Amino acid sequence: MRYRCPNCGHVYNEANGEPHEGFPAGTSWKLIPDDWACPGCAVRDKVDFEPEPDAA
Amino acid sequence: MSNPSIATAPEQKWADPKRYLWLLGPAVPAIGISMLVLFWQTEMVWTLWFAVGLIHIVLPALDWVFGEDAANPPDGALQALENDRYYSWVLYAFVPLQLATTVLGAWLAVTANLPWYHLIGLALSVGLINGIAINTAHELGHKKSKFDRWLARVSLSPTFYGHFYVEHNRGHHKNVATPEDAASSRFGESFWAFLPRTVVGSLRSAWHLEAERLARLGKGVWSRDNENLQSWGMSVLLFGAILAVLGWAAFPFLLIQAVYGFSLLEVVNYLEHYGLLRRKGADGRYERCQPEHSWNSNHMVTNLFLYHLQRHSDHHANPTRRYQALRHFEHSPQLPSGYAGMITLAYCPPIWFALMNKRVLAHYKGDLGRINLHPPKRAELIARYADEARALAKA
Repeated sequence: MRYRCPNCGHVYNEANGEPHEGFPAGTSWKLIPDDWACPGCAVRDKVDFEPEPDAA
Repeated sequence: MSNPSIATAPEQKWADPKRYLWLLGPAVPAIGISMLVLFWQTEMVWTLWFAVGLIHIVLPALDWVFGEDAANPPDGALQALENDRYYSWVLYAFVPLQLATTVLGAWLAVTANLPWYHLIGLALSVGLINGIAINTAHELGHKKSKFDRWLARVSLSPTFYGHFYVEHNRGHHKNVATPEDAASSRFGESFWAFLPRTVVGSLRSAWHLEAERLARLGKGVWSRDNENLQSWGMSVLLFGAILAVLGWAAFPFLLIQAVYGFSLLEVVNYLEHYGLLRRKGADGRYERCQPEHSWNSNHMVTNLFLYHLQRHSDHHANPTRRYQALRHFEHSPQLPSGYAGMITLAYCPPIWFALMNKRVLAHYKGDLGRINLHPPKRAELIARYADEARALAKA
């Protein structure tokens, strides 16, 4: 599954994780803390992210 | 996203009228080098003091003469404007010029036999270049490309402020206009009280943010992956190389220029969110950062020198938006002058308070509970402004 920041468009893809942020590839969205800020813009938190339909 | 702005030009055939004026950004270190070369050739000592003249006299005067520019690019032109690489090169050009100014300045400091007071002038002037460079680093540090981010940290190295790269994006932007943010100044807090608080608080925040990230990676804070340590390492390399060649005689110069340089960043931080506060919701989260949570200015000349930093509301709403595409928002709080003029006023707290406190009160229609009050002066401020606040609330 992929989740998109509604502000800057940054995408969290569970398959890739976010290794720089300490979330290795395959880290499930459920395991990301609620107060984790978008690494793109930092003005939205995890809870603001919107799930993306499983396309490309 | 809709754009609540005025003065939007028609979309077709729109060309950025400020395209070549953005070269004023890298012109700053170019002016710095020219002044130092002029001194080297002529020994006219006034050239060592150009920074003081530029920031306190020339820029405020130019802002006054050329006035405001509230024009926004049309929505349809934003994407092309964002993607135009020319604007990146305008940023890149700054960094080598800045490093050259630093090295040339250090060499003059050691070899020119200057009396101590002119040595201070030289250090302030080079510090000004490296302080304005923090603004260039700020723009580069918000970008996604690895090269831009690396260059941001190179640009921060002469001021030993590499931790700004970590703290600004992940700390300041997240907590802006809340009491938790070290880099948001409070109503009734003088610049001289804010300066140590923000310097220490930002350093702590940067250290903590990296410790947290590294802990998730299963690493300790002293890891070589710590981006604060990496950035300070660049400073150690730069300072070490200069000291190795020129000797310890260069040290006072390096120290003064670094402290003055980062103090310039912090005085600009002081202007940007003075007294403004985001409300906390029932869920304990702060409301999203809105245009009303930053002080703006459309004074054109300072905006050109600072890559639209004064269009600060749009920057905080959209931190990844590139400088050339930042927009003016109607109804965002406006400073009475450009940042350059406001810096001088911030150094004189009584004038600053006289000018700004009434603006903060008016912005919140006299509701003192909505203002980010300086805690040590809370009771005093409420008593002092109670009448004014009541009058504003009734109006």
